[in-house]
Amino acid sequence: MEVLLPRTLEEALEIKAARPEAVPIAGGTDLMVELNFDRRRPALMVDVSRLPELREWRRENGTVFLGAGVTFTRIIRELPEFVPLVQASRTVGSPQIRNRGTVGGNLGTASPAGDALPVLAAYDAEIVLAAAGGRRRALPWHQFLVGPKRHAAAPDELILGARWGIVRGPGSFSKVGPRNAMVIAVASLCLVMDEGARAFRVALGSVGPTILRAPEAEAFAVRALADAGAWDDPRASLSPPALQEFGERVAAAARPIDDVRGTAAYRRHACAVLARRALAWAFEDRRSTSRSS
Amino acid sequence: MSVRILPGTRGGVGESVRRVDGVPKVKGAFQFASDLWAEGMLWGYTLRSPHPHARIRAVEISAALTDPGVHAVLLAADVPGKKTYGLEFSDQPVLAWDRVRYAGEPVAVLAAADLETARRATERIRVDYDVLPAVTDMGEALRPDAPRVHDFGNVLRHIRIEHGDPGAPADVWVEGYYETGMQDQASLGPEAGLAIPADDGGVDLYVATQWLHVDRMQIAPCLNLPEEKVRLYLAGVGGAFGAREDVSMQVHACLLALRTRRPVKMVYSREESFYGHVHRHPSRIWMRHGARRDGTLVNVYARILMDGGAYASSSAAVIGNASTFATGPYEVPNALIEGTCVYTNNPPCGAMRGFGAVQVCFAYEAQMDKLARALGMDPVEIRLKNALGTGSVLPTGQVITGSAPVREVIRRCAAIPLPEEPAASRGGDPCSYPGGAGNVSRGEGLRRGMGFAIGFKNIAYSEGFDDSAEVRVKLFAGPAGPVAEVHSAAAEVGQGIHTVLTQIVRTGLGVEHVLLHPPDTQVGSAGSTSASRQTMMSGGAAQLACAVVREELCARVRRRAEAEGRALRGEITLEGGAVLAGNAPVGRVEEFLEMPIECVRTYHHRRTQPLDARGQGDVHVALAFAAQRAVVEVDEELGLVRVVQVATAQDVGRAINPQNVAGQIEGGTAQGLGLALMEEIQLQDGQIRNASFTDYLIPTILDMPPVISVLVEEPEPGVPFGAKGVGEPSTVVSTAAIVAALRDATGRELNRVPVRPDDLIGLSPPVASPGPPPSPDVPGPEPIPKRAGLAAGQADLMRGD
Ligand SMILES: Cc1cc2nc3c(=O)[nH]c(=O)nc-3n(C[C@H](O)[C@H](O)[C@H](O)COP(=O)(O)OP(=O)(O)OC[C@H]3O[C@@H](n4cnc5c(N)ncnc54)[C@H](O)[C@@H]3O)c2cc1C
Repeated sequence: MEVLLPRTLEEALEIKAARPEAVPIAGGTDLMVELNFDRRRPALMVDVSRLPELREWRRENGTVFLGAGVTFTRIIRELPEFVPLVQASRTVGSPQIRNRGTVGGNLGTASPAGDALPVLAAYDAEIVLAAAGGRRRALPWHQFLVGPKRHAAAPDELILGARWGIVRGPGSFSKVGPRNAMVIAVASLCLVMDEGARAFRVALGSVGPTILRAPEAEAFAVRALADAGAWDDPRASLSPPALQEFGERVAAAARPIDDVRGTAAYRRHACAVLARRALAWAFEDRRSTSRSS
Repeated sequence: MSVRILPGTRGGVGESVRRVDGVPKVKGAFQFASDLWAEGMLWGYTLRSPHPHARIRAVEISAALTDPGVHAVLLAADVPGKKTYGLEFSDQPVLAWDRVRYAGEPVAVLAAADLETARRATERIRVDYDVLPAVTDMGEALRPDAPRVHDFGNVLRHIRIEHGDPGAPADVWVEGYYETGMQDQASLGPEAGLAIPADDGGVDLYVATQWLHVDRMQIAPCLNLPEEKVRLYLAGVGGAFGAREDVSMQVHACLLALRTRRPVKMVYSREESFYGHVHRHPSRIWMRHGARRDGTLVNVYARILMDGGAYASSSAAVIGNASTFATGPYEVPNALIEGTCVYTNNPPCGAMRGFGAVQVCFAYEAQMDKLARALGMDPVEIRLKNALGTGSVLPTGQVITGSAPVREVIRRCAAIPLPEEPAASRGGDPCSYPGGAGNVSRGEGLRRGMGFAIGFKNIAYSEGFDDSAEVRVKLFAGPAGPVAEVHSAAAEVGQGIHTVLTQIVRTGLGVEHVLLHPPDTQVGSAGSTSASRQTMMSGGAAQLACAVVREELCARVRRRAEAEGRALRGEITLEGGAVLAGNAPVGRVEEFLEMPIECVRTYHHRRTQPLDARGQGDVHVALAFAAQRAVVEVDEELGLVRVVQVATAQDVGRAINPQNVAGQIEGGTAQGLGLALMEEIQLQDGQIRNASFTDYLIPTILDMPPVISVLVEEPEPGVPFGAKGVGEPSTVVSTAAIVAALRDATGRELNRVPVRPDDLIGLSPPVASPGPPPSPDVPGPEPIPKRAGLAAGQADLMRGD
């Protein structure tokens, strides 16, 4: 096995152009497991963990760009205002895994259980891809994540990072698993309330072949809030039956299966509970921030 | 002549001495078996059957041998001696020939220059299998038309215990059906060892095991070598919990080393480890308890079925334990207990911490709670009312002669203060709610519950086994004073026997500087580091040896005094390296050690008996009891759990090292918590579906509650220091206590462990009883113990020592 250690993004992209079969390795927390299990035997790996272009994040007029090489530990430390993203990062593995594991790796693996992915979906992020010769393109998250462990980057491309519009409003990420830490999601949910656009976005992990959104439920919540005249009233909430219905509509968007980690019935049920709680928390958090500001 | 040791020696019995292996383990400097290395060594790898049951038509190895890095490929035909091994019955092939009986069974072993070459070459071995129908359900295994795992049939052992009048009537009856899943020991250190061929044609094996001598007893005949040519040395053991009682890679590594004349190392991967060792028996248990209106137990009917998997391992003893402990630590005047362990084409089951006592405790404690509810009694009160004590008679007719402070452990446990009710908001920390780091709760749908359970476990081997332990103690003059060396084959598997041995020798000789000789087969057998027995057995041998050494030292002191014409007045005592007669100093200990004093002693526990045809006999050496109270919080919408607190009182006889005892209680509780909430090897048609730590979950620190432990010290008569073993009782009771608390919180039946979130929110119903299986004591295949007899296993063992 050959391992190449490019120093710049351009070098790395040239390697990918010349030898598209080269497998990128960032933190290695997914890839090395695959190798250890002997599920993959790449002849060539290209280490992207030392490329400065991938390790940065920045704000650019109303959006944020998060480099593929930013680790979960750094997200927790450096991006505290992106609450759901920080919450998702906290649930990833253990401190060791968070120190190595990256958002780019999460995207590269494209597992429906990848914890950063529901957050990116709820932010309506686009995934920025790069190829040699300065070629760049951005794909909306749903065009990037095309199936279980499948994404749309071309063989000569690297994931540069993710970009999304900064949202004003509360949000949260939750993940259910049969252990209280270090667990792969049996079901996960990210809810973002976009007060500027008067929208809700809800994304689900581990309950379908890939990350799913719940557009019906989102529209229901928007309507319900409008009907209650609550968009302008930071102290307003929804009635328990409305919260309940929201939960059920979110659960209806799930397409879960039975597997060794959990049953389809439980997964669907968990979606409803998580959705109901997340929406209630959004109102709770809106109330407390409006009180404090 | 008596010698008294003054209590001045530091680090002796009763002190929380630091573990001798603690610092290297914390610093990562400790060498585990997987760290072994030798110049020019090869790596061994195992080819395993993908089928739970198949006939082997042919094996083609030539393609594997084409790689120049491959040094040997061995099949069953290459085993020079006996083709099978086993702890109690020699029914497990070193390498399968003719038939494979479980998915994961070794078929070939290969040695290559490195692990990767070995792995890849193994893939080129072609095995032509004729797949056979498999029996992978323990209930199905008893049907007359079920596929036979072995030609003699599927009954591994059947036990019937009749006690009093099994037809005795009662005022109130409660009935229940319970299931436990297959738990894995999940030792962090995988199976590993290094075999080095020796010039005398023998082999030196460095291996992580629980019992060096029983390994050797099984290895040597397979290699066709006399035992003295098979020398074993204990390599660093990364946890055992029963999984290292059976031979795994031992014979394979030796075969490859002898064939290639090169050192051969074998280390299982985590996945392979799941196939490479035995597991805790899954069980199905029916029970019916009858009591008088005042809560007094009158009659118990218990029917236990266990899945032994494809080979016997220690199943016969496990079902023996489950059957003899089926009624719990209670006085029961009448009982009918039937225990059956069957062969199936599932992975073999054998020893795991708690050894048969865990499964039945889960059942009988649920029954006691049911009974308490039916009678409107408090769960603690009904347990106190029926608790065993010294002089009580067990269903086997055995009269408890040792200490049995059952009421004491119940009372002391119940008296531990309950955890405080938490504040409604917990500072916004999701980890303080069920679901932990997943951030699923701000306190919604929380329900608290409390559960109480008691249980017991035998110390040392039962049913007539004489699992003796030998220790050699040598006292000599070192450059800075007297030094004691202790040589024992007892395996330190993380539980602390090495620390305990040094403490016992310090106390025994009044010498602070104690050296441990590395454990190996140059000293006699210590017996297994299991069954909570090493402190009693090897500790006992050390105590005996120290007494003899002391006597000799004392004799030397007197002889010298006589030769010098001095009279010694008063008792001779040893303190901090000085010899005193009465209060007068006579000299330093080392002045009497021109010649070292050395002594080897063997400790035997009291004799026990096998069970007779009616299940009667004085089968257990000593019993240890524990009570636990668990407080849990359940998220009743998500079915997630946080165990808030475990409070426990444990009968330890005497705590040689209180901190170590607390550590054992916490670890044992974690393993019981794992079985209660998450740990299960999931099988489908004989295939393990979750052979990794990704999907076989064990508790993390966020799943573990604080454990408050009280040690009840009522010395066991006739055993060294009165110390009982402490490794297992907490594991026996904690599953039962935690599930009782979950029942209290949710009001659900929860009759299967591990309890799943689905069970806690009622998405899946309680497991339904298929009804007690037919008693296999009808005409049909003879259970193994009737053919070979437990005594036959014992005879082998005795010969081996
Ligand atoms: C013990 C343990 C616990 C875990 N727990 C969690 C968890 O709780 N939640 C969770 O979501 N994940 C978990 N994971 C999985 C893993 O940590 C995450 O998916 C992580 O985000 C992977 O990042 P990485 O940098 O280590 O990826 P790597 O392993 O380096 O790469 C993963 C994949 O992405 C590709 N890749 C990486 N970077 C790029 C790039 N710039 N361009 C193109 N392709 C790229 C690689 O080729 C590979 O296919 C866990 C893993 C372990 C071992």
